Amino acid sequence: MMRVVRGFYAVAHSVKLCRPDVICAYPITPQSEIVENIAQMYANGELGNCEYITAESEFGAASILVGASATGARTYTATCSQGLILMSEVLWCAAGMRLPIVLTIANRSLSAPLSIWNDHQDSMAMRDAGIIQMYVENNQEVHDMMPQAFKIAENHKVMLPMMVCMDGYKLTHAYEPVDLLSQEMVDEFLPPYDPPVKMTTKEPYTFGSYATPASYMEFRAAVYRAMDRSRKVIEDVYKEWAEVSGRDWGGHIVAENCEDADVCVMAMGSLVGLAREVTKEMRDEGKKVGFIKIRTFRPFPAKEIAKAVDNAEKVIVFERSLSMGSDAPVTLDVKSAIHKKAIDVYSPVVGLGGRDVPHKLVKSVVEEVMENRVEPGTYFRGLKDCEEVIV
Amino acid sequence: MKLFGSGHGACPGCGLPIAVKSVLEGTGPCFVANATGCLEIISSQYGKSAWGVPYIHSVFENSAAVAAGIEAALKALGRKDEGPVVVFAGDGATADIGIGCLSGMFDRGHDVLYVCLDNEAYQNTGNQQSGLTPPGSNTTTTPAGKVLPGKVKPKKDMVSIALAHKARYVATASVAFPRDITRKAKRALEFEGPKYLQIHSVCVTGWGIAGKQAIPVARLAVETALYPLVEYEDGQLVRVRKIKDRKPVEEYLKPQRRFRHLFKHPKGKEVIAELQRIADENAKKYGLDE
Repeated sequence: MMRVVRGFYAVAHSVKLCRPDVICAYPITPQSEIVENIAQMYANGELGNCEYITAESEFGAASILVGASATGARTYTATCSQGLILMSEVLWCAAGMRLPIVLTIANRSLSAPLSIWNDHQDSMAMRDAGIIQMYVENNQEVHDMMPQAFKIAENHKVMLPMMVCMDGYKLTHAYEPVDLLSQEMVDEFLPPYDPPVKMTTKEPYTFGSYATPASYMEFRAAVYRAMDRSRKVIEDVYKEWAEVSGRDWGGHIVAENCEDADVCVMAMGSLVGLAREVTKEMRDEGKKVGFIKIRTFRPFPAKEIAKAVDNAEKVIVFERSLSMGSDAPVTLDVKSAIHKKAIDVYSPVVGLGGRDVPHKLVKSVVEEVMENRVEPGTYFRGLKDCEEVIV
Repeated sequence: MKLFGSGHGACPGCGLPIAVKSVLEGTGPCFVANATGCLEIISSQYGKSAWGVPYIHSVFENSAAVAAGIEAALKALGRKDEGPVVVFAGDGATADIGIGCLSGMFDRGHDVLYVCLDNEAYQNTGNQQSGLTPPGSNTTTTPAGKVLPGKVKPKKDMVSIALAHKARYVATASVAFPRDITRKAKRALEFEGPKYLQIHSVCVTGWGIAGKQAIPVARLAVETALYPLVEYEDGQLVRVRKIKDRKPVEEYLKPQRRFRHLFKHPKGKEVIAELQRIADENAKKYGLDE
């Protein structure tokens, strides 16, 4: 059923259809409306036997879900920014304990200075935790992703938390037409959670043992391998979704016009739509530009990217975050993926803290690369002239 | 299978196994959420778990929240009849780093028995002070020096904090009285909602006593009224352990290395007097003297 809804509702409605057992969250801008909508569904008795809990903090929320997930419940939360990094201690632990908690991240910048607006610094800070990360470009995609996320995370070959990242405000609060899923379709696609082990007095297991140097490494290697195995599981689920829903969002990446491109442009999240449009226009102008939408960020689709840019001389990675003292996170992975190729990597950092990224900025970034007016490396675009006063 | 088996790694004389076994005797098979700390380290090493109940340890400061999640899941999945949910957490995990999660669990009214194993410092890592370390205690982060006589601030009043949250059952106990612990654990489970049981638990290494002194010293804490054993039900004080011929606090302090400096430190007399004042106040407040 096609309806015009806002992003937060597209998420909440989809989460409801996934029949989670325990939802726990703490409100934070701009995620609040996701959990407010879920709270209203709970208040209306629309969530079945689901327990919906407002925690005392994001740290508490993630901890509650660790207990619930270990007990065999399908678990969900949403957060962003300060809330996500407050959760981070527990989320690393959830990944190590192989608990398939699903999160929606309403991407928002990190303090200081305080900013409630969008970029990707929050989810990038969780890069190495052992959490699957994927980024959506619009509200239909996030609506479609929630059942897929549970199916991926809860796969016994995977058993890892998963973050579905959507740009705060830009998507969470945007009105878009969304074809709302039906309960029947989600029920058919997503079986109930069947954990390989769970906390039960009938068969008592110990969860969260500590490990001496004699066994710690094997546990961490197991998380690494599970993340690696998830590549195939994610691809299969993406494909299955395309079949059952009729909407094919592609694989880990979606490469367009890259085969003969001199320059390949990459983006993640809500910038994808604009970047795709700009590169298409430039194609129409006869410029050999290709475009790559990165959907899965962890596990990183290195092989897919290397293959897609095989014929390019230059790649441009639009970055919405930073790694202080190094290249930005996506760039680091792209460079690693293509390290055997003689390709120059340009890493324009744009749109931090919700700074607008208009059409002409995207176009000018691509043009200056094509016209050799900029050196490869990390640089800011859309930055005002400012003088740093060192006292 | 025993609910808490032998083969754990506790020191001889440690109060924790006594406390845990006594609680589990009262609760029967249950779900245990444990904070990082002594108990976790002595009982949950990979491949050597001492637990015969479903057990989970996540991080240091979140066991109240993890327990709340277990309870929520059991409710949602229609499995509440499998057993009660019990937290074991140390004094630091309870009164310091984990107090936010504990407050949230109390506030939301989860059906959880929270057991604070109070050995009065971060003993797992070698006796660093916590909010439940008593005044005068020589810890590695409140050492006795030429000027300072060890910890100077009072012990945090967790019983009042639990009562202020309207926890349905709030009690203190001591490893010197194991049957009392079992009775209290059993009684606690008669109340649906959050329950708080704080058990004074000897640490032979941190307190500086021999294993065989553990129980006598724990008993002295009760007999001097420094550790009053009290019991509240729905906010009402219903029972206390009366003391016959209450002993001066020096008798409790003297055998312990952590207090030994008080008997020669320039400020020692002052601290001992303060501890005696606290004991007198406890005796008066709870009517402990028989």
